[in-house]
Amino acid sequence: MSAVLESSVVGDPTSPYAMVKGLTIAIAGNPNAGKTSLFNALTGLRQKVANYPGVTVESKVGQWTLAPELPVAKLIDLPGLYSLDATSLDEEIARDALLGRNVAIPTPDVTVIVVDATNLVRNLYLATQLIETGQPIVIALTMFDLAQRSQLNIKVDKLSEALGVPVVPVVAKQRKGLDDLAKTVLRKARPSAICDVVSPLADAQPATRQSKLIQRYATIERIVSDAVDTADEGKPNISERIDRFVTHPFLGPLILVVVMLLVFQAIFSWASLPMSLIDTVFTGLGQFAKTHLPAGVFTDLLTDGIIAGVGGVLAFLPQILLLFLFISLLEDSGYMARAAFLMDRLMRAVGLHGKAFVPLLSSFACAIPGIMATRTIENPKDRVATIMVAPFMSCSARLPVYTLVIAAFFSGRAVLGFISLGAVLILAMYVMGIIVAIVIAWILKHTLLKAPSPPFVMELPPYRLPDLGNVGHALFTRCSIFLKRAGTVILAISILLWALAAFPRTSSNAPDAASVQVQNSFAGRAGRFIEPAIKPLGFDWKIGVGLISSFAARETIISTLSIVYNVGDDSENKTSLVDAMRNAKRTDGSPVWTPLVGLSLMIFFLLACQCMSTVAIVRRETNSWRWPIFMVSYMLVLAYVASLITYQGGRLLGFS
Amino acid sequence: MTLDMIPRDVTARVASVEWTDAQGIRLMEMGVVPGARVRVVKSAPLGDPIQVCIRNYHLALRRAEAKSVTVVLE
Repeated sequence: MSAVLESSVVGDPTSPYAMVKGLTIAIAGNPNAGKTSLFNALTGLRQKVANYPGVTVESKVGQWTLAPELPVAKLIDLPGLYSLDATSLDEEIARDALLGRNVAIPTPDVTVIVVDATNLVRNLYLATQLIETGQPIVIALTMFDLAQRSQLNIKVDKLSEALGVPVVPVVAKQRKGLDDLAKTVLRKARPSAICDVVSPLADAQPATRQSKLIQRYATIERIVSDAVDTADEGKPNISERIDRFVTHPFLGPLILVVVMLLVFQAIFSWASLPMSLIDTVFTGLGQFAKTHLPAGVFTDLLTDGIIAGVGGVLAFLPQILLLFLFISLLEDSGYMARAAFLMDRLMRAVGLHGKAFVPLLSSFACAIPGIMATRTIENPKDRVATIMVAPFMSCSARLPVYTLVIAAFFSGRAVLGFISLGAVLILAMYVMGIIVAIVIAWILKHTLLKAPSPPFVMELPPYRLPDLGNVGHALFTRCSIFLKRAGTVILAISILLWALAAFPRTSSNAPDAASVQVQNSFAGRAGRFIEPAIKPLGFDWKIGVGLISSFAARETIISTLSIVYNVGDDSENKTSLVDAMRNAKRTDGSPVWTPLVGLSLMIFFLLACQCMSTVAIVRRETNSWRWPIFMVSYMLVLAYVASLITYQGGRLLGFS
Repeated sequence: MTLDMIPRDVTARVASVEWTDAQGIRLMEMGVVPGARVRVVKSAPLGDPIQVCIRNYHLALRRAEAKSVTVVLE
């Protein structure tokens, strides 16, 4: 790798400033320019996800050893951006951090701008904007090997001279150029002031802005044509040849369906083994604690509250890991942008953006990562509309509820002789969720969130073989965010719910003590209190207790019903819960549960927002309580009305 | 002639880009500025959006946006 040219850089030795304290260095650049690969190469495993309070900033911070004798530098990986005139939330976060306008993120002492050597002109647009702010800057020229292979001969020294900042070619995967980069960064280090440039074009008139923009491109083109000898460009490359199939008018959608089916198949079948393993371990742990600790409130808190709560969170980890693995692979390979490209026309019919497809797809596993993935949507109203309908995608937490009801009332029946009724019902739930989401999105986009359809301008990055290291890093990052955010909330709520069901204490030695305890507890009283309201849906107070508990997390209803019906709450006893449900009678002797009640319950679970973690994440992502409260309320009303129609309508039609 | 009208695999040169609102700026920031060479690669399944090759990379945009880009065939 050729050396950095010293002539353009002021030849000062390592800045004395760098010796005193650990430097703060930011990595910025266009999306897909190789930012994350470079960040991972520089920091290795010494990185963590930093959550800055107050704002929805989430960026990775790592440690970079610039030189052995110096304190380690703090390296911040910022979201990708194309220009300082940010159009999406991700871009705003990156811009504010770069310009030192975000109090929560320390102003960088040096900014490393990642520039894709195979896409120089467009990448230099952001780079030149940043250079003009006068901050200390070093350009890391990534994909340098790819550029050489496609016969782009980049004269690094000339480029550096023309831009007025050091340019260091790097190949992150092979760790080439990293030492050069460290040395160059050390030379440039000096304290950086908060920058007044809000947005280089913001205040100008449209005509002025346009001419400024064109001028900047003209300058860049001149610089690049001086510094680069290019062979013939524009030949269909490998990516374009792959795209002949992947975005083909007929094959493209077919491939998309196959990819989605594969992902779902993996999530639902491959994850079941580790899931039941985790479940068994935690059930065993609870039993172990129960038999070896003295009976009492604290043991109950530990076993029924904490161990059951932690187990409940961890049981979802295999599914979420698999989902994230696929999302990371699809993103890293460049396929996700193609999926958005293929789906944009359909999404637009609803008033949404092609980019909303990925978050909604993710929401089938869990709404939390889905909602977090909406940050790439530029238009804030589109983003909120996507967040508002994401919970209608049947997430993995609804599955245990569907399976319970199906096991109790619809098992062993077939449609058309060979398709199991259960499978049809589950499919119907998924389809109904999608239809409701489409209708609600359309309504929201035509009322509360009315806005002109935003432009769809999206880069289709070249296909790349996913780098397993990067995928592993991304997997780890996303799972830790999930565990931290969802885990803490679910744990807290399960302890609270345990307390509601455990107090006031009823002392009884009867065999059905646990069930009596629940009946007399705060939760049991609440169940009776809401019984008049839920009776029209076909639910009695016991189901009411389950409903109340499920507002923390849907799957909680199963353990609550197990307690209410006094059957052990471990999953091996699911059959006995099914029996208990089948045998439960009202005071007049008629059964509490009928297939119609089961259906009504499934529809309620499909439509109601019974997930504290989702509420918490919406609060964070929209930065207000208005949207999460709105979401919970309208979804509750919708669920109630739909269940009411199902139950009462079904009865009118003569079903039971 | 505008960008949405040229057939696939034909190379054209951008003559002008019309935009008035802040959102339209993105198209130009992505390199669609007068003088740039652009080639339509294909349309998505329902005819929209379209995929173009510009400045050695691929960009997806809707026909509505492509309409604001005036081009001259080479």
